[in-house]
Amino acid sequence: MSEEQSFLERLQARGAARHAEPTWIAARRQAGAARFEALGFPTKRDEQWKYTDVRRISQGNFALADNADFSPGQAAALTLPLAAAIRLTFVDGLFSAELSDLAALPAGATVEPLSQALSDNHEAVGGVLGRLTGVDFSPFAALNTAFSEEGAVIRLAPGTVVETPIVVQFLSRANAAPVMSHPRVLIQAGARSEATVIEHFVGEADAGNFTNVVAEALLERGAILTHYNLQEAPLGDLLVTSLQVDQGRDSRFTSFNVNLGGALVRNDLVSELNAEGAEAHFYGLFYAQGRQHVDNHTLVNHNAPHTISNENYKGILDDRARGVFNGKVIVKRDSQKIEADQSNANLLLSDRAEIDTKPELEIYADDVKCSHGATTGQLDEEAVFALRTRGLDEQTARGLLTLAFAGEVMDRVTLDAVAERVERAVAGKLPERFNLTGLVEVATLEQGHAKEAGEHDRDG
Amino acid sequence: MLEVKDLHVTVEGKEILKGLSLTIQSGEVHAIMGPNGAGKSTLSAVIAGKDGYEVTAGTITFEGRDVLEMEIEERAQAGLLMGFQYPVEIPGVKNIYLLKAALNAQREARGENEIPAPEFMKLVKEKLAYMKMDSSFLQRAVNEGFSGGEKKRNEILQMLILEPKLAMLDEIDSGLDIDAMKIVADGVNSLRSAERAILMVTHYQRLLDYITPDKVHVLVDGRIVKSGGKELALELESRGYEWVVEESAA
Repeated sequence: MSEEQSFLERLQARGAARHAEPTWIAARRQAGAARFEALGFPTKRDEQWKYTDVRRISQGNFALADNADFSPGQAAALTLPLAAAIRLTFVDGLFSAELSDLAALPAGATVEPLSQALSDNHEAVGGVLGRLTGVDFSPFAALNTAFSEEGAVIRLAPGTVVETPIVVQFLSRANAAPVMSHPRVLIQAGARSEATVIEHFVGEADAGNFTNVVAEALLERGAILTHYNLQEAPLGDLLVTSLQVDQGRDSRFTSFNVNLGGALVRNDLVSELNAEGAEAHFYGLFYAQGRQHVDNHTLVNHNAPHTISNENYKGILDDRARGVFNGKVIVKRDSQKIEADQSNANLLLSDRAEIDTKPELEIYADDVKCSHGATTGQLDEEAVFALRTRGLDEQTARGLLTLAFAGEVMDRVTLDAVAERVERAVAGKLPERFNLTGLVEVATLEQGHAKEAGEHDRDG
Repeated sequence: MLEVKDLHVTVEGKEILKGLSLTIQSGEVHAIMGPNGAGKSTLSAVIAGKDGYEVTAGTITFEGRDVLEMEIEERAQAGLLMGFQYPVEIPGVKNIYLLKAALNAQREARGENEIPAPEFMKLVKEKLAYMKMDSSFLQRAVNEGFSGGEKKRNEILQMLILEPKLAMLDEIDSGLDIDAMKIVADGVNSLRSAERAILMVTHYQRLLDYITPDKVHVLVDGRIVKSGGKELALELESRGYEWVVEESAA
């Protein structure tokens, strides 16, 4: 039996056990299955998967979870410590009402599990789902379409501003046998609406599950969406995610893609800048150690003039970890006066770590401002020495410099909880990084006289 | 306080220091002078613990401890602090962070608690003003985009805050105009105390017009060939190094 067949059999068994579904959902499932069967799992011969071997997924035997039990105490320890959050929690793909909290939801915003959204609001939700990411996007999107039962639907009415972050939390359990899940995320941001959505992947240390998420976001005119893909998946987990964003006029999309966990991770991030004034900002940080493999593919389509994209990914690879960055920017004919900047810098902390980086620009317009570049380097040993001569131990010095490398990206992160998770993963616990701003402010306020003296003598 | 005995150091197979001996007592300010290539920077690099310097013979002891057995950071924590000729830029690490982390590392090594924030800021503000540095320096990444003079002042600022027992200053005067030189010299002079020693390595006598040494040593070809008081520096200034070289060869 082929690898694909074993997944399809699993699908059939699931179908037989499930309550009857509306015809259109069944038809969509079938289309997904057919497309998946035709495409098959990607191999290294596929340009898009050249550096990423998915056999750990294709040769795996993954069941589907049948309950969402998770101890609340343990969940709380894994949950991102935010002052306030609107939270949907999924355990191995299944919705957990117990671990979710929608109390802070303001009027005009809807946050609900997909199953509920489909049963309550068939047409509005079902009609949109899959419009951006169809079964042709990738074999994994097709597989997701065939299996998908649950997920998160976030809808913002025009003008709705949600100040509390919306967290979609995916918990992975250490099951006796590995499971898979195929969640969907749909974000519909109405005109001038504003929200922060955090997809957070985390779980029990010994888990080894396969999670295959397809997310779609539609930003109408003037909508502002900040999206975090915070991946702290257990080190045995296999994680494939995609997010496609459809951007209307003057909309602004900011992505923070932070990969800290997972044995095998593949992320696809796509922005369609469809109308003037649309902006996409992609910030990425991937940190991999041991034998982790992290593959980030991004694509920005400048489909309209006067659109802006800006991308900065930082990779930090230790031990025998392997990273892939493939960032593509396409400027369509007639998309004049666009700006596109892209950069990827990588830090190799070990001789055996590896990065494959490929920034790509395709420009079919003639009046554009574009830049791209990639660099790869190592820690500056002179700087390590300099810090140690000031009394910092070697581990702290290296951690600090590693974190500093990520600074350009992490300085953009306004959620301290995310920054702290990154710091802990990348640098270990550093002394008091988060109380410095206050100190400096105090110094700045009371330092008028020194300022004057300093300015006279800056070039001394 | 510091005792260097018959120190032999090779760099990439080549012997640079060939039996250097030096004793520094607390309260003293020493200047090591010498022509280029004599091994001046090698001495401070070895004391600080830089990689790539092989000690083939001799000892360095600091307050009775074997310096060569200490980690780089242990040397700093024990009060042996080096001011670099070319301070390294450390992008992404703020000055304020380095100052606080360094001070607390030292306190921790002495078994003391972390410095309370208000006390720390008071200290930093006072020393910044002394070095005529803007408080915006605190927010800037260590030495990044600093002019040569700013980098040197930043080194002295670190000294003023960390209060080493032995401050080693490697060519601290290089690249300074006269105003910056005065500020740096003021900073160094303020470090002078009965409990502290200062070791300056310099090519030029000029610095010694502002920081008067108690002892001057002439380093030639890996050895200290002549030692004397501050008048020796003046003599070197007027007569050059050749006569010392000839005298030592004779």
